[in-house]
Amino acid sequence: MTDPVLSIRNLTVEIPTRRGLFRPVENVSYDLRPGEIRGVVGESGAGKSMTGNAVIGLLDPPAHIAEGEIWLKGRRIDHLGAEDKRAIRGKEIGMIFQDPLTSLNPLFTVGEQLVETIQLHLKVSSDEARERAIALLDRVSIPNPAERFNQYPHQFSGGMRQRVVIALALCSDPSVIVADEPTTALDVSIQAQVLDLIKELAAERQVGVILVTHDMGVIADTTEEVTVMYAGKVVESGKTDRILGAPEHEYTRSLISAVPRPHVKLKRFPQVSYGGRETEFKIEDLARNWPKPEASSSGKLLEVKEITKQFVAKSSIIPSWNSYLTAVDHVSFDIRDGEVFGLVGESGSGKSTVARMIATLYGVDGGRILFDGEDMTAMDAEGIARYRRQIQMIFQDPFSSLNPRMTVADIVAEPLLHLGILPKADAKLRVRELLDRVGLAKDAWRKYPHEFSGGQRQRISIARALATQPRFLICDEPTSALDVSIQAQILNILKDLQEHLGLTMLFISHDLPVVRQMCDRVGVMKQGQLLELQETQALFDAPQHPYTRELLSLMPRLEQLPG
Amino acid sequence: MTDLTPTDQTSADDQGPAPSRLHQALDSDLAYSFRRSPVAMVSAAVSLTLILAAVFAPLFATTNPFDPASLNLMNGFTPPLQPNAFTGESFAMGTDDQGRDVYSTILYGMRISLFVGAAAVLFAMALGIVLGLLAGYLGGWVETLIMRVADIQLTFPSILVAMLIFGIAKGVTPVEYRDQMAIWVLILAIGLSDWVQFARVVRGATLVEKSKDYVDAARLIGRRAFPIMLRHILPNVLSPVLVIATISLALAIIAEATLSFLGVGAPPTQPSLGTLIRIGQGFLFSGEWWILFFPASTLLALALSVNLLGDWLRDALNPRLR
Amino acid sequence: MLTFIVRRLGQSLLVLLVAGAVAFSMFRFVGDPIDNMLGQERTLEDVERLRVQLGLDQPFPVQYFKYLQEAVQGNFGLSYRQGREVSEIFLERAPATLELAAISATFAVLLGIALGVYTAIRRDGFVANLIMSASLIGVSLPTFLIGILLIYLFSVELGWLPSFGRGDVVNLGWWNTGLLTESGLKALILPSIALGLYQMTLIMRLVRSEMLEVLRQDYIRFARARGLSERTINFRHALKNTMVPVVTIIGLQLGAIIAFAIITETVFQWPGLGLLFINAIQFVDIPVMAAYLMMISVMFVLINLIVDILYAFIDPRLRVSSK
Repeated sequence: MTDPVLSIRNLTVEIPTRRGLFRPVENVSYDLRPGEIRGVVGESGAGKSMTGNAVIGLLDPPAHIAEGEIWLKGRRIDHLGAEDKRAIRGKEIGMIFQDPLTSLNPLFTVGEQLVETIQLHLKVSSDEARERAIALLDRVSIPNPAERFNQYPHQFSGGMRQRVVIALALCSDPSVIVADEPTTALDVSIQAQVLDLIKELAAERQVGVILVTHDMGVIADTTEEVTVMYAGKVVESGKTDRILGAPEHEYTRSLISAVPRPHVKLKRFPQVSYGGRETEFKIEDLARNWPKPEASSSGKLLEVKEITKQFVAKSSIIPSWNSYLTAVDHVSFDIRDGEVFGLVGESGSGKSTVARMIATLYGVDGGRILFDGEDMTAMDAEGIARYRRQIQMIFQDPFSSLNPRMTVADIVAEPLLHLGILPKADAKLRVRELLDRVGLAKDAWRKYPHEFSGGQRQRISIARALATQPRFLICDEPTSALDVSIQAQILNILKDLQEHLGLTMLFISHDLPVVRQMCDRVGVMKQGQLLELQETQALFDAPQHPYTRELLSLMPRLEQLPG
Repeated sequence: MTDLTPTDQTSADDQGPAPSRLHQALDSDLAYSFRRSPVAMVSAAVSLTLILAAVFAPLFATTNPFDPASLNLMNGFTPPLQPNAFTGESFAMGTDDQGRDVYSTILYGMRISLFVGAAAVLFAMALGIVLGLLAGYLGGWVETLIMRVADIQLTFPSILVAMLIFGIAKGVTPVEYRDQMAIWVLILAIGLSDWVQFARVVRGATLVEKSKDYVDAARLIGRRAFPIMLRHILPNVLSPVLVIATISLALAIIAEATLSFLGVGAPPTQPSLGTLIRIGQGFLFSGEWWILFFPASTLLALALSVNLLGDWLRDALNPRLR
Repeated sequence: MLTFIVRRLGQSLLVLLVAGAVAFSMFRFVGDPIDNMLGQERTLEDVERLRVQLGLDQPFPVQYFKYLQEAVQGNFGLSYRQGREVSEIFLERAPATLELAAISATFAVLLGIALGVYTAIRRDGFVANLIMSASLIGVSLPTFLIGILLIYLFSVELGWLPSFGRGDVVNLGWWNTGLLTESGLKALILPSIALGLYQMTLIMRLVRSEMLEVLRQDYIRFARARGLSERTINFRHALKNTMVPVVTIIGLQLGAIIAFAIITETVFQWPGLGLLFINAIQFVDIPVMAAYLMMISVMFVLINLIVDILYAFIDPRLRVSSK
């Protein structure tokens, strides 16, 4: 075995705050060998990014290393002065950030930024630096590198920019690269390419890579070693296959059990409790006061016929000169009573636009939407009001979907009061009941959203959606902003809603394993068009469209995971 | 980054009885930052003292300087804290050429300065919030129109706009009403020259809030544009407005003083701090420094304390800046 | 880029048209100039004579058309108060204001940017905090008070510098300059400090906050991660990005300097356009007010155009993005 290029020993980071000393990283140790990719995985707040920042010497004050040692190639670097740390940054340790759109200075060409970094670390002439820069761009597979050299960052796509960022991190052949969620902001297809590139480069140049991520799929596909962190501490560390296949620590087990499996459909997400996080929700109890699901006349609650949406891409003074972008292009599908219908696709595929058209948030430019046989696009004001009582929506971002200046009681009661469904006093009782059923504390109603965590907020959002006792629920990426264990909770609630209340759902997601677990039938969208529509099982077993096959091939295998 | 919001690890059930709203307010980050900042506390105390002194001027003033009956020309030019040569009366801040007690004129003058400043800011704020909300939420030609006007007005410095409005209004009002109208014209002039700041900030914040899902949640149940603007968006854009309002108050007080100093503001019958400074400037070369010094210091103290408060508020409400 | 410039030109034209409309409406509808010029004691003949002389007897559209036509040629009629050609008075007084404004602007912009950058980089340093506190006093001190303070200190108490006027001027044919004589230069010092100080503090504070905003961006963090020195980060990466918004702000501040010249000129009895304008407002001398408004609009439009071009020059996104 080769010597580690980087060793972290008992690292503790402290942040003094108003409410006392906070330790985002506590007693963390791990090694990194040349050419090895070590995943550091954990949920938000686990301290995984902070470890990476400590290694590269970029902790934001007042955060500081309180204890422990960091050794780079036999040299201790944690206690170096600012100037010595700077000399190591970029030269010995490179870094890749999450968001490629903001990592590059918009006012300098890509070439200028590369040459600047190369000349800083390697004493070479500007011509040599230029040659080296173009070679690097070529190495990270940017087409026409000589031409692209003189372009500005805004002329590159997100994936291309992340390649430039990687080239910048490689400028002086560093021995370690810290990659902090390098693919989280990218679409799956681009994500796979970028990860492959990182893998290739690590092997080819013998660079040790610390890959910080929350994504078990990325860990499984990319890393050899993995360190699992929870609340600032390392809970388990070892070979990736071993940790994923036979986790020893209780937290790792609960984390891995919550990861949606791509190949088998489970009835419910297993929830192994850790650290007192299980929450009681009692959707069954809600069913007692819930109206019996009416059957629609045709058995299809929602029929979408050839709907189209255009956005003005570039407006002109003369309306007919406007150029348009077709976000949704003649899309048709039906959703049967009591079914969960999934729409999948990458960003820009139009899946959310479809959801918003059904939710009346966007107007419909062409086609019809029939709800229980009635054409929503042709309804009068009264009809629309009746329609709105029967549909509800759960949004992606729990931090923006609740008005921060309203109490939880007001938030959940708003649909009831606005639509005139219940008088104030009854609405109050309904709100309390709903909050209790989704597993929130007794006094939750009088608090404000900021007093809750992401998962709790998403449950408030569900309570609001249930307040009007709708027949149809739209879920727009309801868990993509949540940690995986919280995701399991929320998805279980949604499954309960279907099972106990007979709700019909439209489920929008980019995450294929989640879709597999949740949906009865699935439609695949790309660039505004519906390419394929199948029963979930059939879609995953025998995809028809080439694009679907490509998407499925990019899905993380997670074969190491226990059944 | 460190995320100090509650995490899912803390269970919601095990919390004790809910703290009262007052307790929460005192425990808020804003209150904490206030207690930690001596500058903020001192400037708040100074502003509050000056504002109270102005509001209750008749209680604190020794005389009503604008009641001709209380004036004694013999008291003219009495230096501070020295007995007058003829009447033997003594004044803390001396008297002016007419024998008016400078201390009392300052109290009454500050009243006018503060009234004009506050009214102008309220006017600008109301106009700016309404137009900013409309522009941000409705978009389209409404936004284009409002923001174009704002852009154009922004090209012109506000003091100049105020002067022009004042000049035009002066031309339109009949001579006999000019003095009476002057205060209201000032408020209009300063308010109209200042709405753009509010409108731009509110529009920017509205655009951010509008894209958030809670607005969609309200639209989903069929709430209309105006209720959404008032109930959902307005409360969420108020904190930057508060900062701008504080800073604008200082600016408006300065603008009013400047206009009055130039003789295009408060009339001599209702002198503001600016008018008093204008009067005092005439005695600068002849040695009666106190007629200028005390009003000028008061103006500086007022503007500075409000500015410091605004500066602290901006930092406190926008923790990213620290 | 082309559309950007065309739109900006359109906006400039709009500004000029609005200013022209305001100027004309002032001219036509505000007050009765005859009242202002003759006061209480007047004969009907006087009134009639003046009315014809000023062109107030003609029908409204004729006046409007004539006004626009004349304005384009730089002819704004007779001053009600002085009875002379407005353009003649303007030409006579413009050099005083322009010299004052140019010197203050240079002082305000150079020092403002330098101090702003310094306080942003050393944001927790003692000197930087001192400068920031002083700058709050700066923005709380109205321009006229700064002027009075300077006069009291340097003219009344110390007797070093003149308290009013321009000193001796040298006539260069079409330009009276105060820059070539000692007394002229001495006379410039106090007014330009008074005028420039407030703008300088504003520019400094704006540069500082913009720069702090830039220093928080990801690309600065990434530049640090690449190992660039603080110097390179501050002066190459951050400064250039700071300049994008700052250029706009400085353009606006230059406009403000011309407006605030009115105040400075009043305090120092500086024989420029500002003093002329403030007197015009007091006496409701509409032709002078209207001409001043037009002149200043043209000036602001020019400043803004230059700013926009600079803006596009700094920011590549504007140069290429409009495909």
